[in-house]
Amino acid sequence: MSWKIWSLKKSVWVFHVNTGACNNCDIEIVNLLTPKYDVERFGIRLVGSPRHADALLVTGVVTAQAAGRLREVYRQTSKPCVVFCVGACANHTGIFNGAYHVVGPVDKIIREVDPKAIIAYVPGCPPKPEAMISGVVKALSVL
Amino acid sequence: MTEALQNLFWILIFPGFLFTIVLGLAACWIVRKVSALVQWRVGPPLFQPFYDVMKLMGKETLIPQDAQRTVFIGAPLVGLAGVLLLSTMLWRITLAESDFVGDVIVAIYLMILPSLALILGSSASANPHATIGTSREMKLVMGYELPLVLAFVVVIIKTASLVEPGRQLSLVAIAQNAPVLSISGMLAFLASLLCIQAKLGFVPFDIAESETEVASGIIIEYSGPLLAIWKIMQAMMLVALPLFLVMVFLGGIGRSGWSLVWGIGKYVLVLVLIILIKNTNPRLRIDQAMKFFWVYCGIALVAAIILASIGNYYGINWL
Repeated sequence: MSWKIWSLKKSVWVFHVNTGACNNCDIEIVNLLTPKYDVERFGIRLVGSPRHADALLVTGVVTAQAAGRLREVYRQTSKPCVVFCVGACANHTGIFNGAYHVVGPVDKIIREVDPKAIIAYVPGCPPKPEAMISGVVKALSVL
Repeated sequence: MTEALQNLFWILIFPGFLFTIVLGLAACWIVRKVSALVQWRVGPPLFQPFYDVMKLMGKETLIPQDAQRTVFIGAPLVGLAGVLLLSTMLWRITLAESDFVGDVIVAIYLMILPSLALILGSSASANPHATIGTSREMKLVMGYELPLVLAFVVVIIKTASLVEPGRQLSLVAIAQNAPVLSISGMLAFLASLLCIQAKLGFVPFDIAESETEVASGIIIEYSGPLLAIWKIMQAMMLVALPLFLVMVFLGGIGRSGWSLVWGIGKYVLVLVLIILIKNTNPRLRIDQAMKFFWVYCGIALVAAIILASIGNYYGINWL
């Protein structure tokens, strides 16, 4: 394992992308930073710019308007990076499957930009914070 | 030849580059850990800032298409060079008493260099958020430079009668006294502590880099090793600026025995004060920050200068 991957596992900076979520998954993501879960213990931090990020936490079905932005955010993220599909909508468009405004799911849009992107799936509506931490651990262990 | 090697050792290893980086990253950890404890969290492990910098060194560097490449890449290096010079100078003065007349003035100029580099780098990055951050940083620099210089004027007046003539502007002579043990010195110390807070870009003065509002503002377009250089620069400033305050206001750091321990205690005291201010205040707007620095700090410091002059004239030390 090279030192780049080793240090990436020790310090994961996360950028949060909302592509039309109902805010439920977003609340659970913010919940990770509270004293109860405190992911800063593992070096995970929310950052304000995709340029600084190592992981994109994508929530929501990708709506027609958000698809272009999601592709742009993925291109702007410095590689290597991991994409997390958080919640049922982001995984397989959930209850919005087949709706007129949906062009997702997330992995389809990301693969259009980069076929070899590393994508992790955290199902649930909304997923529990424990499930998200477990997802991060599993995704990092395959790096 | 050996002298050149000796100088190189001072600048690059001890007490310059390497030593200050290690100390600065440890101070970064203290900042994050104490913040976490204040918020009733566990906080990051001891080597977290090292991991962060190491990871950033291994990441891809993206340069925006419209950016001015040379300035965009050069600005972090200029900032790092400035703070490296500042910290080497301060450590040399502390450890070996090697000084020159007027080094206070040089230190004041070197302290502006990182802010100027940030302004240059962000305005070269061709990003609207960075532009907002740049304009805020410029206003902030204009805001805090005046009170900072006035605070040092207070110190120079206070110590003028205590040091031998001709050395009023030399840091070694100033660091022999502790002007904080008087009313005017205390006022100047508190004002310059807040100016240092703004220089370090900490809450309540992180207006230029507000993460949630303008998406990291001035450093929004930086990634990979260039971002790592900004982080290293901020870590080194976390050593150099409190050390400067300790030398100017609190009587400096000794070279051996208990005076060394007591000196480190003073540094930690300044650091903890900065962290507590950071954690107990919300972010200010830029107009509030300007008003705070020019009106409130300005008035307090003019009063301090008058008090110090009266005290100096009549020989009252506590004034």
